[in-house]
Amino acid sequence: MPSIDSPGQALVSLRDVHLTLGGNAILRGIDLEVQRGQAVSIIGPSGSGKSTILRCITGLLHPQQGQILVDGVELGSLRSEAQLARLRQRVGFVFQQYNLFPHLTVLENLVMAPVRILGLDRSTARSRALSLLERVRLAGKADAYPGQLSGGQQQRVAIARALAMQPELILFDEVTSALDPEMVGEVLAVIRELVQEGMTCVLVTHEMRFAEEVSDQVHFIESGRVVEHGAASHIFSAPDNERTRAFLNRALNGERSAARNSFAPIAFNQLAFSV
Amino acid sequence: MADNTELTARLPAWRSARSITLPAAAALGIALLLALAVLWVIPVWTASPLLGHILRWLPALLWGMLANIQISVLAIALGTAAGLVIGALQLSPVLPVATVARWYVQIFRNAPMLILIYFSTYVFPFEIRLGSTYLAFPDWIKVTLGLALPASANVAEIFRGAIGGIPSAQWEAAAQLGLRRSQAYRWVILPQCLRRMLPPWMNLYATITMGTALASLVGVKDLLDTAQIASSTVNRVDFTVAVYFLTLLLFFLYCYPISRLTQYLEKKHAFH
Repeated sequence: MPSIDSPGQALVSLRDVHLTLGGNAILRGIDLEVQRGQAVSIIGPSGSGKSTILRCITGLLHPQQGQILVDGVELGSLRSEAQLARLRQRVGFVFQQYNLFPHLTVLENLVMAPVRILGLDRSTARSRALSLLERVRLAGKADAYPGQLSGGQQQRVAIARALAMQPELILFDEVTSALDPEMVGEVLAVIRELVQEGMTCVLVTHEMRFAEEVSDQVHFIESGRVVEHGAASHIFSAPDNERTRAFLNRALNGERSAARNSFAPIAFNQLAFSV
Repeated sequence: MADNTELTARLPAWRSARSITLPAAAALGIALLLALAVLWVIPVWTASPLLGHILRWLPALLWGMLANIQISVLAIALGTAAGLVIGALQLSPVLPVATVARWYVQIFRNAPMLILIYFSTYVFPFEIRLGSTYLAFPDWIKVTLGLALPASANVAEIFRGAIGGIPSAQWEAAAQLGLRRSQAYRWVILPQCLRRMLPPWMNLYATITMGTALASLVGVKDLLDTAQIASSTVNRVDFTVAVYFLTLLLFFLYCYPISRLTQYLEKKHAFH
């Protein structure tokens, strides 16, 4: 990786970001920092602007006010499509609906962008893709088409596709929300391992227990503002703000009643990672 | 190297399509040979004048059929090439360009094929002057152009529909991987479009092929024209009935495999 690790500089930083879409104020002054190697979760009620923040970080949406820095680059200063594309090559994105390319096999989904965009030669890209598939435990599915896979498998391919570009950080946009409960565990297990390896991750999630377990920092967002942020242990055990407490109570109670179905013990947790 | 990805990506589809069509084509070929053998042997035994007539006219009819095949293949090739360009122009951000392309499509999609054939036959010049030499413009080429017009308009519409049918999330996914718009178009959108376009395109091919029978109305020596000449020359009721049945059979043998292949591809590519 080309960038220099200066301790003070965050990999991602948002300062006073305001965004209005179709007359609705979606973001109203967001401040957020992600340090290299950190896992940062963004939690909050539906429609609070969580996913919008991720879309701003990759330049898919342009805030009317405020500043976004990704790896020292100010997004507002990027004028051309090529500059934005170059930035996105370093920022992985995993969608709620996976959005794999249905006309390509699993392997081709992972190989296409590294070959076309990064200029990797095919054999290198292939062997990297195969080892990534092993990491997400889908080694046997290289030649399958996305339509032949379950939701959980497709989402793991989507994570591998993002990893294939060797990004400096990955943004996860409610990646388990579209999944059947029994498939949530296998996807979270893959993310958990990424975090443990030190991949910088930003997670927009409704999985409160998972957020508590893996994140270094948690931001609670409501109506386009950061209501409270801090260490995960602090936010989940003793939040300062009344609204955070109310939200967590609601969310955790809901999760507890669904827990019996969704949190199957994950056996492949013990498997070692090959990098 | 560049085209390898596509090749490997498309291979499975082509391979299985071939595995279906090959036995079908073989069966058709055998059936045709058997029919010919029967037609050959029976008149020798029975000295039936009807079969004798049919046998005598069969080469001419097949020769006429060749004209239909030639016109249909050329018309669909021209129409596809032009239609892809016009389809892209329809999506142009330059408004006048898009408007002209849209009107082109509307006009030629909503015109009866026969009128377009008359149009191309009687409006186009008989020959083109290139310096001192004259390039003849035979009727069958005019008919080909007359059929290429509606073909291009339909291909343009099929193309536009296919592009519009790709979910915007595919554009987003490509953008997030760092693909520029043109790259997303080339590597993500277009390959998916081509697959979606294949079944309606083959339907169009069958339609255009059937439209080639209209060529006989402007004097092209095609299958139907030959059948008419045969019928009036032989001047027997039973032969007239037989020759038109034969005409029907020959068109069926050409169009039926296309429509079966279309149905098969429609099923195969319903991958969403």
